[in-house]
Amino acid sequence: MTSNNKLFGILVPVISVIIGLLAGAVIMLLSGHNPIEGYAALWAGAFGDAYTIGETIRRSTPLILTGLAVAFAFKSGLFNIGAEGQVIVGWLAAVWVGLAMDAPMIIHLPLAILAGAVAGGIWGGFLPGFLKAKLGVHEVIITIMMNYIALFVTNEIIRSVLTDQATSTEAIAGTASLASPWLQSITFYSRMHYGILIALFAAFVMWFIIERTTYGYELKAVGYNRHASNYSGMNVSKNIILSMVIGGAFAGLAGAMEGLGTYGSISVMSGFTNLGFDGIAVALLGSNNALGVVLAGLLFGVLKEGAGGEMPTGAGVPTELVDIIIALIIFFVASSYIIRWVLLRFKKEEK
Amino acid sequence: MFEVLQSIIPTVLFYSAPLILTALGGVFSERSGVVNIGLEGLMVMGAFVGIVFNLTFADVFGMWTPWISILVATAIGAIFSIIHAVASVTFYANQVVSGVAINMLALGIGVYLTKVWYDKGQTDMVTQPFYTTNIPVLSDIPFIGPIFFQGVYITSYLAIVLAFVAWYVLYKTPFGLRLRAVGEHPMAADTNGIKVEKMRYIAVILSGVLGGLGGSVFALTIASNFSHSTIVGQGFMALAAVIFGKWHPLGAMGAALFFGLAQSLSVVSAGIPLLSDIPQVLLLIAPYVLTILALAGFIGRAEAPRANGVPYIKGGR
Repeated sequence: MTSNNKLFGILVPVISVIIGLLAGAVIMLLSGHNPIEGYAALWAGAFGDAYTIGETIRRSTPLILTGLAVAFAFKSGLFNIGAEGQVIVGWLAAVWVGLAMDAPMIIHLPLAILAGAVAGGIWGGFLPGFLKAKLGVHEVIITIMMNYIALFVTNEIIRSVLTDQATSTEAIAGTASLASPWLQSITFYSRMHYGILIALFAAFVMWFIIERTTYGYELKAVGYNRHASNYSGMNVSKNIILSMVIGGAFAGLAGAMEGLGTYGSISVMSGFTNLGFDGIAVALLGSNNALGVVLAGLLFGVLKEGAGGEMPTGAGVPTELVDIIIALIIFFVASSYIIRWVLLRFKKEEK
Repeated sequence: MFEVLQSIIPTVLFYSAPLILTALGGVFSERSGVVNIGLEGLMVMGAFVGIVFNLTFADVFGMWTPWISILVATAIGAIFSIIHAVASVTFYANQVVSGVAINMLALGIGVYLTKVWYDKGQTDMVTQPFYTTNIPVLSDIPFIGPIFFQGVYITSYLAIVLAFVAWYVLYKTPFGLRLRAVGEHPMAADTNGIKVEKMRYIAVILSGVLGGLGGSVFALTIASNFSHSTIVGQGFMALAAVIFGKWHPLGAMGAALFFGLAQSLSVVSAGIPLLSDIPQVLLLIAPYVLTILALAGFIGRAEAPRANGVPYIKGGR
């Protein structure tokens, strides 16, 4: 049965992605586009030349991190739908430190990154985690509400604290920037930055915590059965709060990547970045496992970056096709019950 | 004072109507035990269909266009919500995940088709939106008439009437009793011969009906066109109203009216002394902060239906 589960763990996401892409082809056909041209343009938009590859990696970086944020909380049975808000506050905090301080790079950059992680951790982790652990309030609703509070408050801070009623802050100090002239030069001046290394390191950290530490063991135990963990002497409240804090810190890092790497500033937002919501899709497709999240984050980065290139201009397919495909993939993974059922059917018939 | 009320109350009714309608949908769905984060997506679908139908058929139906548009949006909302029902009731999918997917899917489809059909990211402005009217007879009542019944949208009163209808259905009919039973203790309901899956399907489809209605009313009174930024958070605010209203139709209506007040204050406050001193950001975040406080038990404890979010697997324990 275990080997079966492992097999399904790989098969379900792969099948979901294939069905999602096929559905995307059908949608293109129905709306009068050529799916082969559409997907060729998507491929070219993601891997066409060194520039697009750099941009694809840049696009994947925060997706991997928000995916980790959702996946980490999920390990202890919590649903972090607030990655969106944590990204925003992480972005704000990182840029704030990047603007306000004057220090050599070796201090300034780590401090700015850390500020993003801490802000995300406190915002997304501590308050919802605390309310969940101590008062039993459902974290989904709290984190959704906090997304909006983060959005409005951040906009207000950009307008009245960081600037004088401007819609965007100045660029951060060079000593706090993740941008890399070297990476830019090998990718025809894309906005690729060192953040991808941080994202991969974060994935390693998650794997290490979950698989190699006592805390990770307790965290999974709490996820499987809260009451049994409590009975065997684990501090359930502490574990809940900590896993929300660490998840929030990952999302805050994603915001810091945008603030310190891609944009170098923060602007008033009219709506969400969607990094957090896409993170849910990434975590789900990656089976909440560090390596899976990295792969799923890269896949979604490819889809999203590819859709922005020649697909709308050359093949005439609107970018939103990719959002539809991603939504369908989530449905299929979430309804994996039916995929498993079909697979089991096939197996039985073979025998 | 009279003038202040006359400027605030019609605005409150105007902003609240879509929230009330969508929140009622949320109440039906969650009362039957299906969490509906997808309210936002259902509203997007309703707004999209309402606007597109209105633009396409304005010449055919003339002044009846907005009414027929919201009816069509309601129907499409119902069909669209079946996806959520199939995933979360039949396939035991995680209901929050399915709701997130509904939101992404609705926005994706809406903007995709807008671009395919109109060759740009947003539709034109509709020529036949809802207009404000004076309600006959009632608007002639002194004092009350000018405040409540002059220059209002009929859809606002439709929303309030539907809230009472929803209350009657949920609390005074056998159907409502069954629906609530399924949300509290599906196994007990099942043993008593209530078809759990059927009830949940009906409840989710009702949320599609009301979400589609709410979205189209928003589009045809407030927005007047459709783009990716037509519905930004109204669905989640409706969800907040469901919880702040303690999963009760009239409570949800009250919460939606209150959130509508907060929204309209952030619009009209500039002209009103005292209120103009309150920073706008506080009014913007008020609905969300209050919901968190309500959940944390500071403003009366909000208790969810017991089986909310739990798929019912026959024969499971």
